[in-house]
Amino acid sequence: MPPVPEPRASFWRRFTESRNGLGLLFMLPAAAFLLCFLTYPLGLGVWLGFTDARIGRAGQWIGLENYQWLMDDPVFWLSVFNTLFYTVLASVLKFGLGLWLALLLNRHLPCKNFFRAIILLPWVVPTVLSALAFWWIFDSQFSIISWVLLKWGIISQPINFLGDPWNARLSVMAANVWRGIPFVAISLLAGLQTIPQSLNEAAAIDGATSWQRFRRVTLPLLTPIIAVVMTFSVLFTFTDFQLIYVLTRGGPVNATHLMATLSFQRAIPGGQLGEGAAIAVAMIPFLLAAILFSFFGLQRRKWQQGAD
Amino acid sequence: MADTVTDDHEGLDQFESRGRRIFLVWLPLACFIFVLLFPFYWMAITAVKPNAQLTDYQNHSPFWVVGPTLEHMKYLLFETSYPGWLWNTLVVAVCSTFLSLAASVFAAYAIERLRFRGARVTGLLIFLAYLVPPSILFIPLSVIVFQIGIFDSKLALILTYPTFLIPFCTWLLMGYFRSIPYELEESALVDGATRWQILTKVVLPLAVPGLISAGIFAFTLSWNEFIYALTFISSSENKTIPVGVLTELVRGDIYEWGALMSGALLGSLPVVILYSFFVDYYVSSMTGAVKE
Repeated sequence: MPPVPEPRASFWRRFTESRNGLGLLFMLPAAAFLLCFLTYPLGLGVWLGFTDARIGRAGQWIGLENYQWLMDDPVFWLSVFNTLFYTVLASVLKFGLGLWLALLLNRHLPCKNFFRAIILLPWVVPTVLSALAFWWIFDSQFSIISWVLLKWGIISQPINFLGDPWNARLSVMAANVWRGIPFVAISLLAGLQTIPQSLNEAAAIDGATSWQRFRRVTLPLLTPIIAVVMTFSVLFTFTDFQLIYVLTRGGPVNATHLMATLSFQRAIPGGQLGEGAAIAVAMIPFLLAAILFSFFGLQRRKWQQGAD
Repeated sequence: MADTVTDDHEGLDQFESRGRRIFLVWLPLACFIFVLLFPFYWMAITAVKPNAQLTDYQNHSPFWVVGPTLEHMKYLLFETSYPGWLWNTLVVAVCSTFLSLAASVFAAYAIERLRFRGARVTGLLIFLAYLVPPSILFIPLSVIVFQIGIFDSKLALILTYPTFLIPFCTWLLMGYFRSIPYELEESALVDGATRWQILTKVVLPLAVPGLISAGIFAFTLSWNEFIYALTFISSSENKTIPVGVLTELVRGDIYEWGALMSGALLGSLPVVILYSFFVDYYVSSMTGAVKE
């Protein structure tokens, strides 16, 4: 119900009393910020991908040359492979373990809130700082994991966690899963808590086993939240930079480079802004796919809730 | 948050035998907690270990420390620029959080309650903005930061952090504003309050929990931010904690693990303490952003 403007009201008054005018005014700070520091850089990034810009020199338009160059660059393809491998495997692990942890926490436990609070710690602590702890845990000589395994007689010499390509990939992934589990678990727990116990009880009375109850009652009701949580998780994993940068800097011999770290390495220490931007732009199609996935997840949620 | 169904009776758990419960619930839970917390224990124990015990696993159990020392902390606080980084991180996190909260309150109110033309689309765009990762923005942003002449200053971080804070806070606050009954605003309108008065006297006091949630979460996000700080800051005195610890304390081939771990521990403490006071707000903002 827009208030009827008085005939003598000034333009400013009428403007601030209409919902469109006031809405515009209220949106202004946020919109200005996001346009200047988000939309414009996004466009600039795409443009830079088509130029040969370097640090300290504005670029010339060179069309698709950066992309053609990347097509023939084995390191780029290795980073694409690494990114997909890292994202898929880490997300699957995070989902499986996170869901398990959420189901454990959803039971009737004493000190539930306390458990929930300490489980979130890996997510709260700055990634770079916890990654430093992992760096020390994965040390080639003094790794505590190697020490324990040696002591138990499982291995005969220390594991070279970060020096061997596959060991390095898996070690980095382990650190990523470690950091991601709390987010998945706590978000899914919040979803689980909205499912009324009575549904489970009714199914149990009808003779459903615990697996059937999980598969036919809990999981379908949880699907919409799983879709959203996993979209975020995939997005964070796909664009991960910090863990790799701290633990391996892309080494040994580029074996653990993700697209984000490769783009950083080419653009900032390497000075090839154009090429770095092209690598970053190459990430966008994958991200769009993830966002569309989330969108359809949300759609399904609406459908489940009935008409809206 | 208000519409969460709470159904807190024991449910089916009461039919489980004790042994089965220990095996199926407590054992896995203990494993999870051990794995999730071990790195912190390792960080803390290394931070107070004297150098002689640090790598000498033959004579000392690595899991314990005899005669803990504060020498690493002392070195960190008095012989490196660590206190400066702490201060920088604090200034940047506080400023960008307040900036983002202020902008987000107005934006969220406008989208959710003023319902101007195009509000729905704007809300969707805000959500999409939240999904744009810093890893694809840092290169063009570094060019912009350089062009407007704020490269290598705290201002560069204060102005760029809101790119991920504003979408997040706005999205979260939209959810909070939605839970405030319309009737309150309508009766205020009938009583002759202006929109400004409604916002400051009716809506904001009711949204305080939402503001705290968004503020805590935004503060943690800016405290943890790494890639912008790594790219936009070059001189030691302007670095933030994550960047400073990583780039200045790691020198050559001999790692001073004691100092590194003390740096990691001290840098984590402020967020952990803040988090421990506001766990519920934190959890609700994390899950709220996902659930909406």
